[in-house]
Amino acid sequence: MTTYLEFIQQNEERDGVRFSWNLWPSSRLEATRMVVPLACLLTPLKERPDLPPVQYEPVFCSRPTCKAVLNPLCQVDYQAKLWACNFCFQRNQFPPAYAGISEVNQPAELMPQFSTIEYVVQRGPQSPLIFLYVVDTCLEEDDLQALKESLQMSLSLLPPEALVGLITFGRMVQVHELSCEGISKSYVFRGTKDLTAKQIQDMLGLSKPAMPMQQARPVQPQEHPFVSSRFLQPIHKIDMTLTDLLGELQRDPWPVTQGKRPLRSTGVALSIAVGLLEGTFPNTGARIMLFTGGPPTQGPGMVVGDELKVPIRSWHDIEKDNARFMKKATKHYEMLAQRTAANGHCIDIYACALDQTGLLEMKCCTNLTGGHMVMGDSFNTSLFKQTFQRIFSKDFNGDFRMAFGATLEVKTSRELKVAGAIGPCVSLNVKGPCVSENELGVGGTSQWKICGLDPTSTLGIYFEVINQHNAPIPQGSRGAIQFVTQYQHSSTQKRIRVTTIARNWADVQSQLQLIEAAFDQEAAAVLMARLGVFRAESEEGPDVLRWLDRQLIRLCQKFGQYNKEDPTSFRLSDAFSLYPQFMFHLRRSPFLQVFNNSPDESSYYRHHFARQDLTQSLIMIQPILYSYSFHGPPEPVLLDSSSILADRILLMDTFFQIVIYLGETIAQWQKAGYQDMPEYENFKHLLQAPLDDAQEILQARFPMPRYVHTEHGGSQARFLLSKVNPSQTHNNLYAWGQETGAPILTDDVSLQVFMDHLKKLAVSNAC
Amino acid sequence: MNVNQSAPPVPPFGQPQPIYPGYHQSGYGGQPSSTAPPTSYGAYNGPVPGFQQTPPLGVSRAPPSSGAPPASTAQAPCGQAAYGQFGQGDIQNGPSSSTVPTQRLPGSQPFGSPLAPAVSQPAVLQPYGPPPTSAQVTAQLAGMQISGAMAPAPPPSGLGYGPPTSLASASGSFPNSGPYGSYPQGQAPPVSQAQGHPGVHPSQRSAPPLASSFIPPTSGGPRMPSMTGSLPPGQGFGAPPMSQPNHVSSPPPQALPPGTQMTGPQGPPPPMHSLPQPGYQLQQNGSFGPGRGPQPNYGSPYPGAPTFGSQPAPPQPLPPKRLDPDAIPSPIQVIEDDRNTRGSEPFVTGVRGQVPPLVTTNFLVKDQGNASPRYIRCTSYNIPCTSDMAKQAQVPLAAVIKPLARLPPEEASPYVVDHGESGPLRCNRCKAYMCPFMQFIEGGRRFQCCFCSCINDVPPQYFQHLDHTGRRVDAYDRPELSLGSYEFLATVDYCKNNKFPSPPAFIFMIDVSYNAIRTGLVRLLCEELKSLLDYLPREGGAEESAIHVGFVTYNKVLHFYNVKSSLAQPQMMVVSDVADMFVPLLDGFLVNVNESRAVITSLLDQIPEIFADTRETETVFAPVIQAGMEALKAAECAGKLFLFHTSLPIAEAPGKLKNRDDRKLINTDKEKTLFQPQTGVYQTLAKECVAQGCCVDLFLFPNQYVDVATLSVVPQLTGGSVYKYACFQVENDQERFLSDLRRDVQKVVGFDAVMRVRTSTGIRAVDFFGAFYMSNTTDVELAGLDANKTVTVEFKHDDRLNEESGALLQCALLYTSCAGQRRLRIHNLALNCCTQLADLYRNCETDTLINYMAKFAYRGVLNSPVKTVRDTLITQCAQILACYRKNCASPSSAGQLILPECMKLLPVYLNCVLKSDVLQPGAEVTTDDRAYVRQLVTSMDVAETNVFFYPRLLPLTKSPIESTTEPPAVRASEERLSNGDIYLLENGLNLFLWVGASVQQGVVQSLFNVASFSQIASGLSVLPVLDNPLSKKVRGLIDSLRAQRSRYMKLTVVKQEDKLEVLFKNFLVEDKSLSGGESYVDFLCHMHKEIRQLLS
Repeated sequence: MTTYLEFIQQNEERDGVRFSWNLWPSSRLEATRMVVPLACLLTPLKERPDLPPVQYEPVFCSRPTCKAVLNPLCQVDYQAKLWACNFCFQRNQFPPAYAGISEVNQPAELMPQFSTIEYVVQRGPQSPLIFLYVVDTCLEEDDLQALKESLQMSLSLLPPEALVGLITFGRMVQVHELSCEGISKSYVFRGTKDLTAKQIQDMLGLSKPAMPMQQARPVQPQEHPFVSSRFLQPIHKIDMTLTDLLGELQRDPWPVTQGKRPLRSTGVALSIAVGLLEGTFPNTGARIMLFTGGPPTQGPGMVVGDELKVPIRSWHDIEKDNARFMKKATKHYEMLAQRTAANGHCIDIYACALDQTGLLEMKCCTNLTGGHMVMGDSFNTSLFKQTFQRIFSKDFNGDFRMAFGATLEVKTSRELKVAGAIGPCVSLNVKGPCVSENELGVGGTSQWKICGLDPTSTLGIYFEVINQHNAPIPQGSRGAIQFVTQYQHSSTQKRIRVTTIARNWADVQSQLQLIEAAFDQEAAAVLMARLGVFRAESEEGPDVLRWLDRQLIRLCQKFGQYNKEDPTSFRLSDAFSLYPQFMFHLRRSPFLQVFNNSPDESSYYRHHFARQDLTQSLIMIQPILYSYSFHGPPEPVLLDSSSILADRILLMDTFFQIVIYLGETIAQWQKAGYQDMPEYENFKHLLQAPLDDAQEILQARFPMPRYVHTEHGGSQARFLLSKVNPSQTHNNLYAWGQETGAPILTDDVSLQVFMDHLKKLAVSNAC
Repeated sequence: MNVNQSAPPVPPFGQPQPIYPGYHQSGYGGQPSSTAPPTSYGAYNGPVPGFQQTPPLGVSRAPPSSGAPPASTAQAPCGQAAYGQFGQGDIQNGPSSSTVPTQRLPGSQPFGSPLAPAVSQPAVLQPYGPPPTSAQVTAQLAGMQISGAMAPAPPPSGLGYGPPTSLASASGSFPNSGPYGSYPQGQAPPVSQAQGHPGVHPSQRSAPPLASSFIPPTSGGPRMPSMTGSLPPGQGFGAPPMSQPNHVSSPPPQALPPGTQMTGPQGPPPPMHSLPQPGYQLQQNGSFGPGRGPQPNYGSPYPGAPTFGSQPAPPQPLPPKRLDPDAIPSPIQVIEDDRNTRGSEPFVTGVRGQVPPLVTTNFLVKDQGNASPRYIRCTSYNIPCTSDMAKQAQVPLAAVIKPLARLPPEEASPYVVDHGESGPLRCNRCKAYMCPFMQFIEGGRRFQCCFCSCINDVPPQYFQHLDHTGRRVDAYDRPELSLGSYEFLATVDYCKNNKFPSPPAFIFMIDVSYNAIRTGLVRLLCEELKSLLDYLPREGGAEESAIHVGFVTYNKVLHFYNVKSSLAQPQMMVVSDVADMFVPLLDGFLVNVNESRAVITSLLDQIPEIFADTRETETVFAPVIQAGMEALKAAECAGKLFLFHTSLPIAEAPGKLKNRDDRKLINTDKEKTLFQPQTGVYQTLAKECVAQGCCVDLFLFPNQYVDVATLSVVPQLTGGSVYKYACFQVENDQERFLSDLRRDVQKVVGFDAVMRVRTSTGIRAVDFFGAFYMSNTTDVELAGLDANKTVTVEFKHDDRLNEESGALLQCALLYTSCAGQRRLRIHNLALNCCTQLADLYRNCETDTLINYMAKFAYRGVLNSPVKTVRDTLITQCAQILACYRKNCASPSSAGQLILPECMKLLPVYLNCVLKSDVLQPGAEVTTDDRAYVRQLVTSMDVAETNVFFYPRLLPLTKSPIESTTEPPAVRASEERLSNGDIYLLENGLNLFLWVGASVQQGVVQSLFNVASFSQIASGLSVLPVLDNPLSKKVRGLIDSLRAQRSRYMKLTVVKQEDKLEVLFKNFLVEDKSLSGGESYVDFLCHMHKEIRQLLS
């Protein structure tokens, strides 16, 4: 083990885990004094091309309250064929299959390099994947056309055995029956009436057929894997029918008078989709994919009325408590989300419209079920098309990068308890011995359900050290945590991935230096940010900022080196040096600032922030800025107004946007057409370089970012200017006239000012 | 004789006796006796028993028809005896009573008394019997009846009961009473009677000339006996036995004062007696004698007739009691006469207060200022000037209005008048429309409204000078100034929401539950619709119909179809949310047939396939209508729903129904609930439909109870029609259903109509009957209105009328034509006013009166026990006739029944109404049938009610084969059937072909293509197509009968003595009915008694 950086990286690659602290404070009191909680970012399904799953089932600890999985940290008595659980110290017999076990003949799960291992569960029924399209028809003609094409295209990407279903909605909701021939048949529901799951199933005639089906499945899963309702059919059977059906989809025929919005029954459509799956395929991997081109305007879940003169709610309205429908709508979608999660299905929302579409109200549908949320301007954009296509991308094995119905269970050694999780999950409310009474994020449980997840889905998991100060932990002993993720693989296999990690305990009093060195500021920043965003969902913005500030100050007080009341003496060690800057950008980020963002946008940003892995999260917090110039190879530069120079091309990646910005001079050159002149071919290459890099990012990212190509003075340059640290503004004129960058017209404080204040506060006794 | 017919239910028999008393008294007389009707029968029975015994004679049994005569003779002896008794008693009563011995107890007194009085019977009686007691007329009547009752008994014995044939008597009916089996024979009598009577008649005849008065054989009960007795007096009756001459002769031409006639003539009776006796004997004697035996008691009761008991009572001089059926007013004769006298000349409407020819007469109408009788018929064309008079007469003042009636091609349909943008010219105050009765004054600058007398300015563009008579010069150029009926083009002010209407739409809503599929209905219907859609109604010379069509199928859920022309395949949209119905699509649901033909054809091809394997047996109903209505609402048009429905809607949904059929309720106070809808849902729904102009036509195909009373609420209130095909089977009912369907789809309809009847000061429309909805007290709202739909309007006085100015009616109907044009149809009618009751009675129309009374009664059953309704009818009828007798007829013996000429058929028709299925259901009549008929009658016009209540019976082989005209009808009585002939019977809904047992083999061969009578399949519904004159003629006749009626009549071939014959006999309305309805003769006696009571 060389440096912590390498250690951290190695751990992340192997286990998909990053801890805020890699040495754990050994007492509760000390742990709380360290400000940043002991927590980790876990990417449960991190892609591990080098880790083939083992084809047998894990060995569980026999203590009913423990059930930990045999892992490399367990002590094994090869003679007696016994192993001791490292969490509860229960001694267990190996199962008969392990009779041949010995020191030289170890099963994989006992080898240290398999701290993460994946098992394939052979028993139990395999159920097909299910894709239920829920399509808004209140779209413009070309939008609808584009959407239809995307949907038709997607059919070819689905596994042939997958079941598909189609629900369309506008003023009414139509559930299309796919099994019929000759005449296309659909069940129609009024868009204004909320129906219970039972009513929906009765009306769809599912009540009776559902019974035999469920009985039949376990019996002969292989022969009748696709016994299904009429509304969900294997794609290979109804490919043509569905393609035609999609082709014939018409815009919602009900007239929309001048000054009105089309009546859109999103709430009921979703409710029906959820009810349909609930009745036919509970606890089977299923995706409800909602495509909507505008806000729900009627029925339960309506977000705005159909009068165009009444605009959809803004943050301003929400603060003023003027958003008439918000609470009710939110409640409706929350209830749906809970039901969906309980059934193990997930909901994706693809919202493409220039105005808001009610993501604020609907966000819980994706956030609680692990579905995707995609926001775009139109279905007829590459942003949507490619993003949508990317959902069906495949991994190195040719499997879809999606998994369903996962349950994440966390087990801790007895000095630790789990306080909660933040991510696309819901609590399963399993109270175990390792559940803390204090909640951070979604807490009070040791198990969470993640209905839909992909290899990058990442949860923040927060722990609490409960070891009392007066009961010191023996030197050198380690605390352990085990993550057990059971899920349905896209190949429909049931799998269990087990990650067991351990860290040393350290006494804060004596080993503060070591602990400092083991701080992972990136992980800590993201974990703190998640906490902040989680709070922001329920609290007022300023409170959250104040809380973040206080945490930062306390951290600086704890770990900074300074002389009291002397701000200039303040220093932070390397392990902490970037942390304040992250916090600065976090404060300015759209996750916490709603100014200039619509409620939908905020929801969208927060949605992604709460599920992306560490790298992406960091980009979101502090965008990356690259500079391209004749002065040298492309280089990352400070996210600062001083980086905006006339002779540079800047490439900014904020995760949601890719901005290419041509400096003033470059822009003039380009206008003058130098790039077309053979003698200035190097200029052409310079122009091309950021484009190529941008393409690379665009290709890799989900969802596809908004691609902005702008130049000095261009209106879209605002995307860049709003992100950089406003070190030069109209208020500090010293920069004027210098070649040092562009002033930003803002009253926001710059990083320098922020740091100055921070230092001052950190060194004062006030806090 | 008639008496016999009704076959009283067994039970009654049992008790008869006790009842008896009641009978006399109350039953007929309407006296207190509680159990009126039944009892009466009972009474009969009662007697009967006696009879049987008496008659010991197998004789009685004598087979059918065996001509009564012979039998009679044989028995005669006995009979005579019986008679004798009668005679003494005066009466027939005697006899009857005798039978009753037991009954006596209670009844005895009554009897006694009556009898006594009976004696008194006027001349008539006296002649006969030594009027022991000088009972008053009434008494007589009473007595008579009684006797009548008994009488029946007698007959049995007399004739050989060949039940069937011998219509005679009611006895036939008796058969029911098991015990009395013997009775049946009684019937024989009839025949005999006839014979006997003849003799009698003669005498009578002479008398009768004038009036159609009948002698009231008062003794209702007694049927013949009584009748006869009475006859003499009444002569009228007896007289023309065979030829009916009486009536005929008298009535027709001679417009004598109705009332009067009777009396005069009657005088003659005496002679009769002698004759009659013989007759009597024949008939009754047998029975009597015997019967009596047992019931010695009888004798006692009757003072005079002690004899009874003693059968032997010989010879009471033949109490001539029998009423000869031929002597009583014959509908057939009246119809024939009217045809002959009024059929040739066109009816010119120019003169106020004219009584038009009967509905059964073919005549042309020339509109000269009053609406044609095809549009409006009144109960009376002379309205009493004061309400006191009206009350006294009790003649309802009503008009039966058929605003869109179809006219024969020779008559011009109403002209369409366009008054331009300002709309039709109307009175400013009462809003009456310009019509020929408006009075122009001040040189034509103003006009005075003929309804409210308000003086209005004539708008400049409408100004015209007046000629010297005060008429506008252009009067003959303007339909609204010269014609009784015309149309105005409505302006936008007359349209809903101030928008001109869109063309209407038809929506076909097809039940596809298991039942519908299994019977093949769906397949048949879909196949038919494919071609039928080419014949949607269109207006004038339009190339294609403006009507759009839509399709819905349903069972427990609804399936809408998108048949937009641009689609390659129809799309089905299922709506399962039946609790909260809505229309799932807009565009593509209602389409133009020609544009979407391919898609529609494909849809109709697929519907039977899609549901071929359905297991769904439950259906919904209200949501279906709701859906159709919502669809029309969404399309902003009026229209019509065609519902094809098979079963009681028991699926969970609004309007869900329970099976509540309970025959035990019949004849209880709760019987009315069978006619009332189960739930209020349908009324509410109907109201919404009417508001939307959504008319609902319902085709029912039930296998069991479907609660027609509830299901028909919406069709009823929206001006729609209900068709019912019980136990539908494609093979048997296809033709009828398709024919009805075609006619229903193709018929011209008006939509979203509002009708208002305005009257001149003094009278006012107070009540409306028909299939429509009213949201206030004046406007009749009809979501749909076709040429057959009729509204009956009742008027009451609210002031004095003036003889000079008369009374005016203006019926204005605002509607949307099937091309979507908004129009107003105006019908004007001027009536006379009178200060003399005689004028009223002279200008009445019985058919219309019956139409009104039937509708009134049929509505009454919703709220009152059926018995009450029946009693009300009887009372009203008696009052009408009594008033005439009192005020208009010349003085005459009280024993005579005197009827106004115009109303001489009132009793027979009323009796038909009383014994119709609704008011007196037989055992085989289901609750649904009654509800169905009830609602059918509600919107029938006069012609329909006429034939419905008094079916036409046409002999087929009597007239020469080459004759192309319809053979003359015969009276609907078994007596009139000859077993060597074949008859057609129709009542507008049913068509029977009755084949006599001894019909010639050749005839059988040429009609049925089988060798003999016995090989004719019973229940056959189609005649084989054979190439011989007879077959062609009969089939041609059937076709022409069907063409005359608005619904296809399914043919049923009934063989004499076959089990189906019971059904057929139910339509022989002059006979006693199985369900207890009285025979004509009995009823007449009954009526006479009532009248006498009123008069006394």
